[in-house]
This record gives sequence, C-alpha cells and structure tokens, in this order.
Amino acid sequence: MTSADNTQVEAKNRSLWGDVWSQFRTHKGAMLGMIVFAIILFGVTAGPFLWKTDPQYLDIRAKNTFPMVSCFFTGSQMAQCFTDPTSIKFFDPDAEVLERIKVSWAHPIGTDQLGRDLLAQLLQGGRVSLAVGMTAMLLSLVLGTVVGVVAGYFKRLDGPLMRATDLFLALPLLPLLLVIIMLFRDTLRNAFGPETGIFLLIVFIIGITSWMQTARIVRGDVLALKEREFILAANSIGTPSNRIITRHILPNILSPIMVSATLGVATAIITESALSFLGLGFPSDFPTWGRLLFDGTTFIQQSPARVIWPGLAISLTVLSVNFIGDGLRDALDPRIRGR
Amino acid sequence: MKLTHFVAASLSVALMSSSALAGSHLAQGRDGNVNIIYWQAVSILNPFLSGGTKDIDASNLILEPLARYDQDGNMIPWLATEIPTVENGGVAEDLTSITWNITPGIKWSDGTPLTAADVVFTAEYCMNEDGGCQQTTSFSDVESVVADDDLTVTVKFSKPKPFPYGPFVGGTSPIIQAAQFKDCVGAEAPNCTEQNFNPIGTGPFKVDEFRANDVVTMVANPNYRDPSKPAFASLTFKGGGDAASAARAVLETGEFDYAWNLQIDPTVLSDMAAAGNGTVISAFGTAVERLMVNMTNPSADLGEKRSTLEGGPHPFLSDPAVRRALSIAIDRDLLAEVGYGAAGTATCNVVPAPAIYASDANDECLVQNIELANQILDDAGWARGADGIREKDGVRLSILYQTSTNAVRQDTQALIKQWWAEIGVETELKNIDAAVFFGGDQSSPDTFQKFYADIEMYTNLFDGTDPEAYMNSWTCGEIPSPENNWLGSNMPRYCNAEYDALAAELSETAAIEDRARIVRQMNDMLMSEGAMIPLVHRGRVSAHANSLNGVILNTWDSETWNVADWTRGE
Amino acid sequence: MLNYTIRRLMFTIPTLLFISFVIFLILDMAPNDPTGNLPMTIPPEVREKIRISLGLDSPMYVRYLLWCKQFFINEPLNLIGEWFNVCIGACEDRLRVRSWATRSPVVDLIAERMPQTLWVVGMSYVVSIVIALPIGVISAYKQYSWFDQVGTFVSMVGFSIPTFFTGVMLIVIFSVWVPNDSIFWLPSIYDTTHQVTDWPSFWFQMRQMVMPVMVLALYNAAQLSRFMRASMLDNLSQDYVRTARAKGLKEKTVLLVHVLRNSMIPVVTVIALSVPQVFGGAIITEQIFRVNGLGQLLIIGIQGADIPLVQTLTFVFAVLIVLFNLVADILYGLLDPRIRYD
Repeated sequence: MTSADNTQVEAKNRSLWGDVWSQFRTHKGAMLGMIVFAIILFGVTAGPFLWKTDPQYLDIRAKNTFPMVSCFFTGSQMAQCFTDPTSIKFFDPDAEVLERIKVSWAHPIGTDQLGRDLLAQLLQGGRVSLAVGMTAMLLSLVLGTVVGVVAGYFKRLDGPLMRATDLFLALPLLPLLLVIIMLFRDTLRNAFGPETGIFLLIVFIIGITSWMQTARIVRGDVLALKEREFILAANSIGTPSNRIITRHILPNILSPIMVSATLGVATAIITESALSFLGLGFPSDFPTWGRLLFDGTTFIQQSPARVIWPGLAISLTVLSVNFIGDGLRDALDPRIRGR
Repeated sequence: MKLTHFVAASLSVALMSSSALAGSHLAQGRDGNVNIIYWQAVSILNPFLSGGTKDIDASNLILEPLARYDQDGNMIPWLATEIPTVENGGVAEDLTSITWNITPGIKWSDGTPLTAADVVFTAEYCMNEDGGCQQTTSFSDVESVVADDDLTVTVKFSKPKPFPYGPFVGGTSPIIQAAQFKDCVGAEAPNCTEQNFNPIGTGPFKVDEFRANDVVTMVANPNYRDPSKPAFASLTFKGGGDAASAARAVLETGEFDYAWNLQIDPTVLSDMAAAGNGTVISAFGTAVERLMVNMTNPSADLGEKRSTLEGGPHPFLSDPAVRRALSIAIDRDLLAEVGYGAAGTATCNVVPAPAIYASDANDECLVQNIELANQILDDAGWARGADGIREKDGVRLSILYQTSTNAVRQDTQALIKQWWAEIGVETELKNIDAAVFFGGDQSSPDTFQKFYADIEMYTNLFDGTDPEAYMNSWTCGEIPSPENNWLGSNMPRYCNAEYDALAAELSETAAIEDRARIVRQMNDMLMSEGAMIPLVHRGRVSAHANSLNGVILNTWDSETWNVADWTRGE
Repeated sequence: MLNYTIRRLMFTIPTLLFISFVIFLILDMAPNDPTGNLPMTIPPEVREKIRISLGLDSPMYVRYLLWCKQFFINEPLNLIGEWFNVCIGACEDRLRVRSWATRSPVVDLIAERMPQTLWVVGMSYVVSIVIALPIGVISAYKQYSWFDQVGTFVSMVGFSIPTFFTGVMLIVIFSVWVPNDSIFWLPSIYDTTHQVTDWPSFWFQMRQMVMPVMVLALYNAAQLSRFMRASMLDNLSQDYVRTARAKGLKEKTVLLVHVLRNSMIPVVTVIALSVPQVFGGAIITEQIFRVNGLGQLLIIGIQGADIPLVQTLTFVFAVLIVLFNLVADILYGLLDPRIRYD
C-alpha cells in the first residue's frame, strides 16, 4: 500500500481508466506483450516501406536461397560468408563435391521455390494476417458474447438462441463455405474490388463460424453469475437489465472472453490460410502468414527457415495478445486492482 | 544407415540364394507382401461404377481386359489370343464388327472357367441405361455383343469403326464374371455392395478385405494362369493423405513399395529420392497442361449471354496478335523445370504423342521471346498506358486467369503473371477447388465449362492411343452453352467450319497414316489460331522402392497393368 | 431438473429435423459435384448420365424426403433386423442410405471407421484432458511462477502452430531422421487393419498412435488449460475462498473441492463441445497420418460431393452436439446448484 499522503494527492486525477492503466503497467508480462505487439505492428505497417523488395516479384535465379543465418554453419568461412555471400562453397558429403551455398544480402531470410523474397512476404503477409486475425476475432467475440449473455440472462431467449448455436455447430463447414463463396464472392468483388471484397468475406466467414464456443462458455458463466447475491441485490433495487449486464455481468465474465480472444486470433490466422485452399481466400500470389507456413511445410527439410519465420510470427503475435489479455483482465478486476 | 543397408542387402542375398536352391520352379507368393500407397483412397473395386483412376488401378489387380496397351502404346493380347485386325480377319472388311478369341483355360479366381458369356454379360452390364456405368465411352456405337461359341465373341457396331478397340481393351474396360454379377444389372448395380467390393476376377490377386476409402488387402489368386505368378503372396493397397507424404513413405521411411502420382515440387522429390530407398519413375502419355483462351466475352454485364457465342467475341483475346504474344511471352522450359522436373517437357502442341500424331509445325513458342511479344503488341496497336498496361480503344489488356487449386498450378500462375506483366498485360489470379471447378454444377459460376474468365488452365488427355474423340472436342457442336446445360468440351468456344470438316473426315478414315495426317492438321489449326496455349507435356510420376523389381510405368493403360511380374529383389 | 431434461429432449426432435433440413439445403446448394473428380477422359454426356443415375435430376425436397425415409425408418429397421436376426417387412428390398462413391451403406462405413477414430481421436482428448486440467490448476494457483510462464508459453505456441505443420514435423523427426531399426522410430502411416491380439501387437498399436495422438493432444490441451487457468484465477480471488481458508480448511480442500468445482463451468462447456468432435474425427491429422477415420471419411465425401454420406455423417454429428450440450447444461446444474432451469 502506498502512503496515505500519496493517495490523497493522486485522488484528484484518478479515473477508472487511469487506474486500469496504472495497474496494467505493473504487469510485466503485459508490458512485454505490448512492446512485442507494437514491434510486430510497426514491422508490418512500416516494414514494406523500409524493405522495398516486391513480395510478389519472382527472382527465379535466386530461388531457394538460404537465410543469412546459415552463414553461422559455414565454419571457418563465416566472416567471408557475411561479407561476400555469393563466393561461399561448402563440402556436400552426399554428392562429394564442393557446392555453392546460396545466400545473399538481397534476401536476408531467403526466398521460396520461385524466388520470392521471404522477408518482403513476411512483412506484407503480416498486414493481412493481423488485420484478418484481429477483425475476425473481434467479430466472433462480439457475436459470441452477445448471444451468450442474452441467452444466459433472459430465460425466454435461452432456448431459441442455444438451439441456433447448436445449428451453427452442426453445419458442415466446407460445403457451407463453398455455398458462401458461390453466393457472395462475385458480388463483393464487384462492390469493393478484389482485395477489400475478399477481406470482408473472409472476416465474415471466420466470424460467423467461430462464435459458438464463446457463446456457450459465456452463457454457462452468466447462468451461474445470475444467481449470485450481488446480481440479486442489483435486481432488487430495480437496476435495469442492460445496466446489470454492462456493470455487473460483463466485468465478471471477462476471463473466459479474454481467453477466447487470444485463441481466436490464432484460429483466425490459421483458418485464413485454409480458406485460400478452397479458392475462397486471397489470390494465390498474395502472401499471408498462414499461407507461408502452409507452403513452407512441404519444404520443411529443404529450407526449415521457410516454416520457422512465419511460425514464429504467428506464435509471437498470439503470445503477445495473450499476455496483453492477461494484463487487461487483471487490471480490470477491481479485486486485484486494489492489491 | 549404411550398416543397416548392408545387413539388409546381405540378408536378401541369402534369402534369394536359398530360394534358388529350393528348385528352379518359382512358386507363387514367394516374395511375401507388397505395399502400395495411393494418396487417393479406393472407394469401389468395380471400374464400371467409378471412373476414378485410383479405383481403376486397384480393380486392375483383380479384373483384366481382353487386350491392353503396353508401355509404348502398342496393343498386346491379354485374355485374348491375338489382336483382331482386318489382315487376320478379326475385323470385318466394312469395319462394322470385330471378333475376339479368348485364350482357352483361363479361370476365374473361384475356379470356374472364363467364357464368352462373361464377355457378353460385361457389355450388357455396362450398356444398361439404368446402371449408371461410367465407362460407356468404351462401348460407344456398339450395337450388339454376341458369343459365337464358348471362346469367341463378336462385337457389332452400328456404323463403320475405323478404331474398333473400344470395348474390352485397356484397364477401363475389363471383364467381370457373369455368375457373380447376374443380379446386379441396371438399377440394381449400385446395391450390390458385396460384388462391387469383392469382384471375382482372372487377375493375379483377389480381395481379402476391402475397406472403402481406406485400404484394400489382397492375396494371390490361386487359380492364376501362370503358377509362378504373382511373386507376392499378399498386397496392401493403402489410400489417403497427400502426395508429399506418399512419396516420403516410399522414398524416405521405406514403409511402402510403390507410390502413385507424385505431383509435388521436383526439388523436394529429388531430395527425397536422394535418401536412397527408392527410385522416382516417370513416363509420358498424352497429357498436356494448357491455357484455354476464351474467344467469347466473359463480361458479367452480359448476364445469361456471358461466355457464349451470342455474347459476342472477346474484347481483346479475339485479336490473334494478343493470343500469339501471350503464348511466346511464356518460358515453357522454366515452367516444366519448376513445376514438373523430369515429368514435364515444354510443348507447343495439344497432341504431343504418340509420335505419329505429334506435329512440329508450331515450335516457335518453345523459345520465350518477350521482345517479339512486345513488338507484336506494339504493331497491333496496343499501346502502354500510364501504369504500363497496354490498351487500345479503351480496352485494357487485363486478364482474369483461373485454374483449380494445386500447388504446382499456383506456381505456374505466378510465373506467367510475371511474364505477362513484362509485355504490358495485367493478370488477376483465381484458383477454385477442383471439385467445384471440374464439377460442372449448373448453379455454380466457377466451373471450367462456364469459363467466366479470360484464361483458364488445366490438363487434358486422351485415353489409349486414338485421339478421334479428343479432337472432336473443339468442333462447333461441342461449345458449352446454356442451351446444352453447359455440357460440352470446347472450352475456348472455338468454331471453324474447316476444322469441323476435318473432324468429319477423320471419322471416316481407316488407314493409320491418313488419320495421323488429319490429326496433325487439326492440331496445327488449333495452335496457329491460338485457341489454346499449350504449356507442358506432362508425364506420370510414381516411385517404387529399390527392392521392388519389374515395375514398368505405363501411361497408356492402368499403372498396375503388369503387377503379376513385380518381384522382390535387391 | 428431470422435468427440464424431458422438456429439452422433447424439443430436441423438431430441432434436429430442422437442422437436418438446413444441412441438406446447404449440401444441395454447394457447387461441388460428384463427377468433379473423374478423369477428363469421361465426356460430359456420360457425366450427366451418372448424375441422373444418382438421382440428382429429381427435385431437392424429394431427395430430402427420401433421405429422411431411408435414415429414420429403413436404417433403424435394418439395425433391429440385424440385432435380432428377424426380417421386418420387405427387408431384402429396403433401400438403405448409400454413399455415392462407394455404393455401400453409409452406416456400415461409419461402423468400420469407428475403431480407429475412437482409438486415436478419443485417446487424444483423454490425454489432453489429463494434461490440461492439472496444468491449468497449478498455473492458476501459482500465477506468474516459472511453471505458469512455461505452461503459458508452451500452450500458446502449441495452439498457434497448426496441426498440418506439427504432424509433418513429427514425421520428419521420428520416421525419417530416426533410423528404421531404432526403438524411437515410429510409423508415419497408420495401419487400420492392425488387430491387437497380444503384447507385441499392442506395442505396435501404441507406437502407431503416438504421433497422431500427440499432435492432437497438444492442440487441445493448450486450449483447455487456458480456460481452466482463467476460470480458476477468477474464483481464487473470490470471498468464499478467503472464508474457506479463514475457517481453517486445508489448502488442498479449498483448491480441489471449492475452487475447482466452481471453476469447471467453462471447462465443462469446452469438453462437452469436444466430445462430438471426437466422433467428427480430426480431418487434418487423420489425413497426414492416414488414420482414415470419420474425419477422413467426411472430407472425402465433401470433396466428392457425396451428399448421402456427408448428410448422414453431419447429422449424426448434429445429434451428438445437441445431446452433449444438453449434458453440459445438466452438469452446470450439478456443479452449481444455484443454476435453476425451471
């Protein structure tokens, strides 16, 4: 506890959000997550302006270039490898010949099988993946929470809403996606252009096919919460339902929502890559992290770097969102905030 | 690893010498079990109820035709004594009938003899209207099939057939047993699960257990005509997964002996082969990966008339200069190298094989020439706009380029997009799930028949060695349109009276040299007009373990055609 | 509670009928086609004939009613007939729901695939629950300890790396790099015909299950442990925990009886939602290791537009979802007696 004097001085400027922020700042993990996330965000927004290689340009002569880190494995030639990468040869025990190891500063983390620069793809792909991941997660979160809270709180709506949830859970995903593409792809493409149109379609699809679990979890928690004393008390003094929900219910179900949010980002980023396989995602030469990871999996033995970088990018994003969520939850919990 | 190899090698040498000592007569089933992996699983073992390659290849281990094609595309007698021809009197002078003689003494795996009645029954089974037979093309124009005696069958055609080898030839048209299938004709055909899953055949193997869409286990047929074959006592035919892991199972982990259709990145495949467990084999048939050029206008504004002749010609692809420029801007050798490796060569023909049908009149496009392509477009009046994209009279050279979803195809798309950008053509790529793209569903806008795009890419081929039906694909009557429910195979909507006349002439010509000349002429006509832009002559790629001997990859027939000759060795 | 259960069960029937209709509608509208994967050498006219022979030319509602009749009347009758070895009505001619690709009864296909799906997918859920619950509980109890941090890290990475990648990675490590004769070598392809009869065959079964089970368990455990941890954290700071400690209850009792029970609601939801998924199979993992269970059956059916197969599988799946959500609702009531439905 701080001294009484300090509390007095600070009290003037204290607001709820100021409190939340100061609590949030003390959470080391959350701050770290915030910094990492900011770096990623900066990388994908400003990165393509700093690293000007076109992610779609095929430099076919430079295909399957290794990342510069492979220089660390060239032993005595390491220094030469970093200064003059094209000159390096190493002994290939299988073929029993000296082979040129393909590294180049023009492609610091390597290229794919058609010679597209991985760094540029990673930076460009991050924009889409982050945008899809965040928006789709928010959409599914809002949908799930609204359905869950309404179903849990208003007994009359519980039956219909939960049966609708059952319906959505039961729908066969792939045929549903094919139907959605058929019905909406060309319309959206004409209305918003190929990229925005497909972006909206993808976010919509991921959003409406992934809210059900959140809804069920939230509803379960609300059902239990509704019978607690403080809600009964609020009810008995005539607090209107919407106020009870926003003031008393929502803050208390924040934990599962935060977990859903974190998991939702990862799911959305991965799902996006799966969608492109049905011909429903972005055009095939449009990089995204999920797509890079999927394409790289085939080359896992040839150039592991192709799976490591996008895998790392996705994991770091999800981890940082997770820690931010943790910090936010702690900061918003008045019982912890006081401590 | 090295040591393991040595031990395995010496062991197998020991085994071989001991079996050699046992006697000169080689017994059936001496080599144990052989494992085959197909990355598409077998759904049914009745080739008449499924046209899928995986189902036909699996059923060919059990069922056999009267004659087959060998690896060079020559016809060889299989259950018949010889190939009927006009010379040996097997084919009537007027080309309306063909008579097959069945080799005496062939038995079904249940011990009963194969007779002409079985052959007749097979034809009745497939030609039944209600049966949903998927191989009716083999029986086209067949009027009747009659048994002259126990071992002779005559097929009568409703019109002269210059190429009468449709029925009972090749893996898609094998003989089934009349006694087993007698209650399964017509509408009953799909309900005979037991028969469809466990057909009795004359082939080297018979079914032990069938698990649909998963795995088939087979054992050697004790009544097989050659008592020393097959060398394997049992066979496992596993399905599912993807091509890369199938290749890995043969080439790297050594769990399987044979893997089918390994369409994966060539560098990955060759790296896997470097592990030393197996060999990648390839052979060329007639398959050509090509771009179809839409000669009609696919603009969405046309509504119902979209991509039909009534909708009018394409705004810019109807210009021959544009089609030629698009074609020569492509580096086909690079496409073949990057996407297909040893299993692809650059081609400028839609009929690249067999040799007598292959034309060499179109080889201009084999060499990429961006400069010339630019020149052609400049001369034709297509000038570059501010963004580098050419346009003329307000028409921009902007192409929507669609294909099915497949890693190699998407790589090809990306490469072609870049070359076209160099000649001032803008490309938007689109890929569609194969089941939708090739599905032909009336309500879907994304089918390859509807062709609501400017360019589309896929592979087509013809079975066996006769291209007549294939060449007919590009006659005016084959143009898909709403009137014929989009059924038709003339995707470019190419319509030329001269071409149709050649097609008619082909159907009446019998001499092989004349047929070849006409086919070459038709091919050249299609190529010079640029209705299609061929890219790569594609081969089949498969892999077998080094210990599996006798594999001969055959693109003219089923891949499992000579499984009876497969043996285990080192 | 009994009243509630009965009422819910009654309501289940129209719900399921409606769901089955919506599923059929979607499958019918989907643009994929049963002839889509046939070789190009089969001409369009023959394809059209194949479609007609499959009954695709009749109107949608006729096909739906036919499916209803086959599934709700013929299949149960057939099942009863097989169990009691009796023939009810025209048992020989009774039309069963048949898959278009294999022309065999769908119910038999499902039964054939049940063992491998339950072995692999079922086992992976058991493993993930066994791993995740303790991790979640300990992570919450010792929040921000090294155990919690490592647990968070592993589960988040585990969740964000998709199974298509982990599966291939495990195969490369344990089937390719590890020599064939090593004890650590694991088969990359699952043998569905393998029968467990003795210890060596049981050992083989275990070995071929290790990789697919681990891939799936890692993914599911990550999710489950996060929900467990979050829910525990919520409850650990509640007043009743302080009260329980104050009245001198053992820490173990406080944690495992009071807190755990109250934290189970989201976890029960996640588990209840995942039981139908066990039966739905794991599409990607089954493909990679060729387990060829229900997930692979479903995906093959979808790729081949095998409507009767996909419809039946999806409907069975829907029945399980509805039932297990009902089970979850009843469990809520048992876990927290304050929740009342009547």
